[in-house]
Amino acid sequence: MESTPQTGADSREATPPMTVWLLPVLAAWIIPGAGHFMLKKTGRGALLFGAVLLMFLFGLGMGGSMFTPEKGPDYLTSLINYGGFICNLAAGGMYLLATMFGYSQPDMPGDVHDYGTKFLVTAGLLNILAMVDAYEIAVGKKD
Amino acid sequence: MPKINLSHFEAAFLFSVFVSVVMGITSKKTQNERVHYGLYCFGCFIVALFGIGWAMRLGHG
Repeated sequence: MESTPQTGADSREATPPMTVWLLPVLAAWIIPGAGHFMLKKTGRGALLFGAVLLMFLFGLGMGGSMFTPEKGPDYLTSLINYGGFICNLAAGGMYLLATMFGYSQPDMPGDVHDYGTKFLVTAGLLNILAMVDAYEIAVGKKD
Repeated sequence: MPKINLSHFEAAFLFSVFVSVVMGITSKKTQNERVHYGLYCFGCFIVALFGIGWAMRLGHG
């Protein structure tokens, strides 16, 4: 369906067609930095890939646990579980592979395990930043 | 998966490096700005790491 022509500020703020950005953003979700590679930003893609992958691997190595989307006894626990799960899921292919091959470890007491859990969550959050960046490059908001 | 046992400082240092790299790349538009912002973020993390560390030590006596 074709969009109707818009004028002034409306045309500047118009949502770009999905075909332009969907593939790079999807690739960026599955493999960190892949969106940048697709958009010929190889240097930045390599740095994003390295940073997010290393963060995820350090998280796994430190015995971090993955969150599961389950209701807790109170609202805050549920919020932490669902929020953590979304952040873990944002790590894309790494999260899927880690859970598929049984690297998802149970939550254990201990400071190193706790750092690991935070590393895993942050890897997902950093991948969201990389996906947003890939989107902005794809739609021409950024070089 | 090999077990990695990092101290709090080592974990916080690595965290700072990775987050600063991604923040630098995704937040700014030119190469120069990216490098400067990444270094700025890293500096802020390290200052906060030592600052809060000392504040906790002094707070606990």
